[in-house]
Amino acid sequence: MLRLEKRPSPSAFWQKASPFLAVILTMIAGGIMFAALGKNPVEAIRTIFWDPLFGEFAFYFRGQLLVKAGPLILIALGLSLGFRAGIWNIGAEGQYIMGAIIGAAVGLALYPTENRMIYPVMVIAGAFGGWAWAMIPAILKTRFNTNEILVSLLLVYVAQTILAKAATGFLRNPEGAGFPGSRNFSSYPAASNPELIAGTGMHWGVVAAFIAVIAAYVLLQRHILGFHIKLAGQAPRAARFAGVAPNRLVVLCMGISGALAGLAGLFEVTGPAGQITIDFNVGYGFTAIIVAFLGRLNPVGILFAGLLMALTYIGGEMASTNLGLPSAAIQAFQGMLLFFLLASDVLTNFRVRLSTKAVA
Amino acid sequence: MTGKLLLSVEGVTKAYPGVVANSDVSFQISEGEVHALLGENGAGKSTLVKMIYGLVKPDSGRMVLRGQAYAPGKPGQARALGVAMVFQHFSLFEALNVAENVALGMENPPPMKALAGRIKAVSEEYGLPLDPARMVGDLSAGERQRVEIVRCLLQDPKLLIMDEPTSVLTPQEVEILFKTLRQLASEGTAILYISHKLEEIRSLCDEATILRRGKVVATCTPRERTAREMAELMVGAVLTPPARAGKAKGEVALEVTGLSVASPIPFGTSLKNVGFTVRKGEVLGIAGVAGNGQDELLLALSGELKAAPEAVRIDGVAMGGKGPNDRRRAGLVAAPEERLGHAAAPDMSLVENALLSGVVRKGLTKRGFIDWAATETFAAGIVKDFDVRTPGTHVAARALSGGNLQKFVVGRELSQTPTVIVINQPTWGVDAAAAAAIRQAILDRAAGGAAVVVISQDLDELLEIADNFAALNGGRLTPTRPVQGLTVDEIGLMMGGTHGMEVAHHGH
Repeated sequence: MLRLEKRPSPSAFWQKASPFLAVILTMIAGGIMFAALGKNPVEAIRTIFWDPLFGEFAFYFRGQLLVKAGPLILIALGLSLGFRAGIWNIGAEGQYIMGAIIGAAVGLALYPTENRMIYPVMVIAGAFGGWAWAMIPAILKTRFNTNEILVSLLLVYVAQTILAKAATGFLRNPEGAGFPGSRNFSSYPAASNPELIAGTGMHWGVVAAFIAVIAAYVLLQRHILGFHIKLAGQAPRAARFAGVAPNRLVVLCMGISGALAGLAGLFEVTGPAGQITIDFNVGYGFTAIIVAFLGRLNPVGILFAGLLMALTYIGGEMASTNLGLPSAAIQAFQGMLLFFLLASDVLTNFRVRLSTKAVA
Repeated sequence: MTGKLLLSVEGVTKAYPGVVANSDVSFQISEGEVHALLGENGAGKSTLVKMIYGLVKPDSGRMVLRGQAYAPGKPGQARALGVAMVFQHFSLFEALNVAENVALGMENPPPMKALAGRIKAVSEEYGLPLDPARMVGDLSAGERQRVEIVRCLLQDPKLLIMDEPTSVLTPQEVEILFKTLRQLASEGTAILYISHKLEEIRSLCDEATILRRGKVVATCTPRERTAREMAELMVGAVLTPPARAGKAKGEVALEVTGLSVASPIPFGTSLKNVGFTVRKGEVLGIAGVAGNGQDELLLALSGELKAAPEAVRIDGVAMGGKGPNDRRRAGLVAAPEERLGHAAAPDMSLVENALLSGVVRKGLTKRGFIDWAATETFAAGIVKDFDVRTPGTHVAARALSGGNLQKFVVGRELSQTPTVIVINQPTWGVDAAAAAAIRQAILDRAAGGAAVVVISQDLDELLEIADNFAALNGGRLTPTRPVQGLTVDEIGLMMGGTHGMEVAHHGH
């Protein structure tokens, strides 16, 4: 019988090194899987990890990297605060959609006015949309002790329905010949989120993500609020002893994660996506949960995890088009990454013992 | 009246990573003997009995039970050979009744009706009346212990191990228990009795084996020794009781009136109309058997449980409706009983744990931003002033031994120049030297003008440091009385006497 025994104090080296070990193990196990599928494993791994950064078409894919990583990082940072405190917002996808809808609606209502203040107002409206959507599970939890996991998750599907209604109804482009979808923000300069430096993929959302990384880092390391968030997650009774009001923390953490998801949605709809469409959301809100854990709920870790996750998405798409790898294999590959990370985390904190239940 | 040799333990050794729990331990126990295992916390008593009960396997050495080599691989085997154990912490399900709980602990339980009958018969025979149909959640601590004892007696044990059985009993209940144990011994059952309460051992036990740091340091016949002699054998040093300075009492610093709060703990005890006052420079000791509202009282005083605004007054200001940090600002600090998880966050460093409750009174933040340098100084100061043995302040709280963490937690609160101090179980699970240091520190703060409330289940401790005495019983607090002139009998009655448990011994 194997059993796990908690290490008295985990090695500082392995705490830092385990994500790298996980990536290497994923490459090995993924390579074996690709080989079993009859593909050249070295080529497949190279296509996923190397080509998007340094390959022939890297000039295009490098930009895509930031475009994809931006919203992932922004959302994951918000989620990580709640996760640290034991508050499980699973519905970032819905908050992302609502931020996009509310922000876009404000911009579209002002069309075609040109004013410098329009975009900042839209940004605030986007954050508000995500915040308000997250307040529903937060208030239900604090008032009626409902489970925030279920409520926030189910609200994703409500948000998707509202999105469909927006794309086909109240936000539909009046000049769109009846096709679903709103006006495209790329033809409305006051409300658009253009690429700031050509070819880099850098847009205001990416800038916001970088700022959020720094803000979250300072919050967790230097501010009493960050300390209380960590304390509430690690030792809830000690947190109450320290004067933390659990309900206030729920409202705060849900609010921050909702607002950041809403911001991500607003930046996406006004930038890379360009317009409100029925299938505007592509799962950033769910993938961000993986990013948050991959980055071990640490702001800097999330920055790298977001970039890595974006890379596997872009590289994975390349591999499936260039090498004909099934997309399920790519998903399995991404799953392996999370699996190996969690496994090496467990082994960092616990050691495996052969149980000696001998009868002497 | 001891008979022939029952169990002999020969040179048993057990090491855990970093600590030798038992080193070459030998002792013998005969049929009908009440044998005490005496030692401080961490002396290795628990490890030793766990080996006898089959929970832990010794690294070396051997045991002989009734002439046969004895090496139980699991408690089931030990029970089959007639070894039974009553643990300090009960393993009972509160939502099940007595008979169901007993059945859960048996290998092949008989039908419920037959079992209920046997429980009644056995419990009455040994003077421990129990109603098999009652819900365990409704029983007092003493009655729960009866359930555990009866569960053992049903197996007709040859050796009964009791781990600190009196820590949950009033003095009157202790007397009932002792009568039962003497009756068992007179019938030939051997009893291995673990405790650090010396007077009990002197009145009950025939022989004693004294452990210190995993080794047998002495054996003696308790009746022929004084408690002090045994204590010094146990600690290995000469003990000095804490010094109390004569002090003038100041004005009332903490006033509690009509404090009633519902317990947030399932099967907890709600506080009912609790009232007392503590003056500056005074120590109020609150006794009570575990589970009579001690945890709730601490929560209600620390601010974790809110009450009516007028129910708690600190320096005359109504604070009953305020949370912990407002009360800290008003001068009240509190140290809960549970060190890990309540008073301290296990995985956080001592620095972070110093911040946890020290942030308000020590001014460790500026506009919400933490001054880590000042926090570290604060933590280092606690470590130094209270002699906390730790490699440094960046060690996680859970890496400290219980006694050292307790010194840190109590030190953290006492270092905040409080006007009111509330401590639940200040020396629980702490070795004698550390306990003496903590008590002295509490008395020093009282001498410095703080009002102190000590909630404890250790009567000796309360009588040693308290000026006034009250007891919690079913969530109600008795009127406060001066410690001087109180007798043990009176204290027992204040704690609830026998908690309505029948005394069924008819003079042995």
